[in-house]
Amino acid sequence: MDAPARAVLRIENLVKRYRPDRPPVLDGPSLELREGEYVAIMGESGVGKSTLLNLLAGLDRPDAGRIVFDDTDVGALDDDAATLLRRRHMGFVFQAFHVLPYLTVAQNVALPLQLLEVAPAEREARVGAMLGAVGLGGCGPRHPRELSGGELQRVAIARALVHRPRLLLADEPTGNLDPRTAGQVLTLLREQVRGNAGAGILITHSLAAAETADRILVLDGRRLAARATAAR
Amino acid sequence: MSARLWAQLTLAQWRDQPLRTLVTLLAIAVGVMLASAVWFVNSGALAEFGQATRRLVGEADLVVRGPSRTGFDESLYPALAALPGVETASPVLELEVALAGRRGPLRVLGVDPFRAGQIQPLLFGELSGDFFGLFERDGVFLSVAAAEDLGVRPGGRFEVLVGTESRSLRVLGLLSREAYPQRLGIMDIASAQWTLGRLGALNRIDLRLAPGTAPAAFRERLARVLPAGVQAIEPAVERDRAVSVTRAYRVNLNMLALVSLLTGAFLVFSTQSLSVLRRRTGLALLRALGLTRAQLQRALFAEGLLLGALGSLLGVVAGHLGAAWLLRRIGGDLGGGQLAVTDAALAPQPLAALAFFAIGTVVASAGAWAPARDAASRPPAQALKAGDAEPSLARLRGVAPGLALLAVGAALAFLPAVGGIPVFGYLAVAALLFGGVLLVPRVTATLLARAPRTGRIALDAGLAQLRGGIGQVTVGLAAVIVSFSLMVAMAIMVFSFRESFVRWLGGVLPADVQLRVAQGSDTGYLEPDRQRALATLPGIERVEFRRLVPLLLDPALPAITVIARDFVPGSGPEVLPLVREAPVAAAQPGDARLPRAWISEAVEDLYGWRPGDARELSFAGRRQRFRIAGVFRDYGRSTGAIVVDRAEYARLSGDARATEASFWLAPGTRAAAAIAAIRARLPGAGSAELLESTQVREISLRIFDRAFLVTYALEAVAVGIGLLGVAFAASSGALARRGEFAMLRHLGMLRRQVLAMLAGEGLLTSLIGVLYGLLLGGLLSLVLVYVINRQSFNWSVELAVPGTQLAAISFALVLAAALTATLSGRAAMSGETVRAVREDW
Repeated sequence: MDAPARAVLRIENLVKRYRPDRPPVLDGPSLELREGEYVAIMGESGVGKSTLLNLLAGLDRPDAGRIVFDDTDVGALDDDAATLLRRRHMGFVFQAFHVLPYLTVAQNVALPLQLLEVAPAEREARVGAMLGAVGLGGCGPRHPRELSGGELQRVAIARALVHRPRLLLADEPTGNLDPRTAGQVLTLLREQVRGNAGAGILITHSLAAAETADRILVLDGRRLAARATAAR
Repeated sequence: MSARLWAQLTLAQWRDQPLRTLVTLLAIAVGVMLASAVWFVNSGALAEFGQATRRLVGEADLVVRGPSRTGFDESLYPALAALPGVETASPVLELEVALAGRRGPLRVLGVDPFRAGQIQPLLFGELSGDFFGLFERDGVFLSVAAAEDLGVRPGGRFEVLVGTESRSLRVLGLLSREAYPQRLGIMDIASAQWTLGRLGALNRIDLRLAPGTAPAAFRERLARVLPAGVQAIEPAVERDRAVSVTRAYRVNLNMLALVSLLTGAFLVFSTQSLSVLRRRTGLALLRALGLTRAQLQRALFAEGLLLGALGSLLGVVAGHLGAAWLLRRIGGDLGGGQLAVTDAALAPQPLAALAFFAIGTVVASAGAWAPARDAASRPPAQALKAGDAEPSLARLRGVAPGLALLAVGAALAFLPAVGGIPVFGYLAVAALLFGGVLLVPRVTATLLARAPRTGRIALDAGLAQLRGGIGQVTVGLAAVIVSFSLMVAMAIMVFSFRESFVRWLGGVLPADVQLRVAQGSDTGYLEPDRQRALATLPGIERVEFRRLVPLLLDPALPAITVIARDFVPGSGPEVLPLVREAPVAAAQPGDARLPRAWISEAVEDLYGWRPGDARELSFAGRRQRFRIAGVFRDYGRSTGAIVVDRAEYARLSGDARATEASFWLAPGTRAAAAIAAIRARLPGAGSAELLESTQVREISLRIFDRAFLVTYALEAVAVGIGLLGVAFAASSGALARRGEFAMLRHLGMLRRQVLAMLAGEGLLTSLIGVLYGLLLGGLLSLVLVYVINRQSFNWSVELAVPGTQLAAISFALVLAAALTATLSGRAAMSGETVRAVREDW
């Protein structure tokens, strides 16, 4: 019998308030995410999805509650430590791709490895492999302006995963894509998360996109409730 | 686009960026203010200058002047008065009279009141007080300015210096301030001749011609009967001559003030470029909604035009107020020391004000033209697409226009001055400057392409960003390159001049002690017996006496100075700072007996005299040909000087007086003791300048530095405006890249790494800008030193580079740019980082 998967992320009674005279944006949601798990978080605009992402990434601090990444309390880290945590263990995919236009595709994908000071030879090999994995083999020397929206998002996914992060955070990754390309990107995301033995959180408004995840959670500010379990 | 919609969008844009809009507007305003203030001050002073000359000349049709202020024999006056065609002749003795115990002479006109009254009717109207006292030997009417300066009232007395003796003059009354605002005294001519030691001499006769007599034809006839060197001059030429002395300085100052305006235009270019870049999506949306390309271009151009118009309006008003203040505080002297007038008032000059308003508006609009065209030509679909954040500036990337302008600039630098103004020199500077700026994109791209990768992500990412954003880099660099290269050029020019000046001072002041008797006066001098007394003082090893006399060679040009100096061993012509000597072959047989003369570079430039020429000079009605033996450098007199042997001068003119002396002290003699001994032999020593040579050097350098104070101030303003350009580019760039910074922070780039990346970018671009500015500035300095300086001031300067000064300014500039980039980045990252990645970019 397999040992139960380790928890990658634990969110405990998270509270975040921006103004003392207003109700908190997040008021106590909790979540546990295990290795290999890929969940989708849905919710209406303004319920705190972005705030939750900021807190998970260590870009903001909770007013109460804890975020434990592996055995690290993210909320207790200073800016540098949180940055190094992101650098080593997290990957991000954004709706607007955020591929640097003045770098080639390969250079864009190599950025996390450069930050981790991976040796050039290994870096090159891993970038090549990652580009192959997202279906962009041979596109390394090309510039972002030569690529379509779907291809750009693949570059972003490759960049998010090239350093094999423990946690992938994807914020509306298909918001700018047509349905067919969106489907391909979501499949790719799920496969890559599983392949890397990490965990993933997909923030989306799209039910279709959310249904590619293992679990769907709905955030209403106070809690994260299961909407349905996708049978996969 | 309707005006209403345009106004709505423009105002929204300005409201969105209020600080940047305000600073750009102020930059234009400062440029226009400086240019217009310099103009208004100069024109106010010039108007006063011209007015003063007109009042002195009155209604004369011709003014007869002696070759020097020593003048001519008074017998010329009845001869001219009797000539057919002359209605009235008025004899004048016009002297700069030395004041006992004071520096700076007082201009005194000795006139025949009855004759002068016919030509200068104002004069009688303005004489109030003891009119008949005018016929007393010591009676003088003073202008209010002169009386205030001397601290005397009607009935009071003051001392003047004749030779080295004091004589007392009694103030009979005051001339009205309105009619004679300058420092001036008026005496009866006989009294002036007697009291001021000019018996039998005149140096000016004003002629009013009979009706129907043509001045030009009469002047030609008159020339045939006038003694050697005496000339008949039209009053307008008199006025122009007074003004022309300062022309080069004024024009240079105006040009320098325009530099700030030019830099302001580049700031508009920079601001508008970055503004349309930031608004590219909104502008593309307007195009998509139906705005035509021409409409969009017009709208954006009109934004720059409006900004320019508002800035120019502000600048003209501030310039006018500033000029009025300057005229009140310092008279018309903006550092040249030649235009100081009293009571100069600022007359409204609507045309000039309108011209400056138009220049400012046009220059600012020119800065807005390229970005407007660039934005309008961008396909909306491309602009709407994310990631298109680079100004295309495609038309500016070719090297041909830049190289062509450089070639044109180089060719223009070889053309001569126009009317004493280095018009082509200035055009050469403009062409070289614009040519240089047009080559910035290509040069920057080439340099960046060759920069090696460092393996450090912050530096490599910054480098990649710069390589991919040459257009933005160029926009940011344009203003600073313009201002910095001009500053470099000016710094090299001023430093070269100063170094040459220091060397020249060392050469012309070889003695231990220098004496000048009442500088600039006609009545302060050393008689021969006084010279002998000084020469035989104990402790004095050797003395060289000099006689300086103004000499009018051409009525249209200011008088040159004849320097008659003792050619004693050790201080003969061999000590002159010669730049050229006559070729040996130039001496013609039979010319061997011709006395030699050495001319300054100004005489060579203004009169076309050359080494080897035989030229005629007239002293006291006697003509003598001189062989021009060489050309010397003279930073003391930009209007020209001729050095001759004093013995030869005395033989020709009968004038054995001296106005200056250099003393070599015997070993062991203290300078202070020698000065005290010399002073004791000079009864009127209070007005004499008696200094050790080292003091003369110090004073001269202080005056030199003061003269360039305005230059430094104007330069600093230009560089300040240029730096604003860098700051704007940096902050716009940082704002436009917020998404990028946020993404890098998500990827795990430390905040300080992002800032290091930005600092690196700022450092690299400013380094390129500074190096380019140094190179371009060096090129421009050649034009300033060898063309503009030479054609403006008629003296040569040896090129010298102020390495330390330039290195310090370059370092400060690079540091400031890096700091600006970092601060901009810090500001751009100060918001919620994550939110930035959610923005479409």
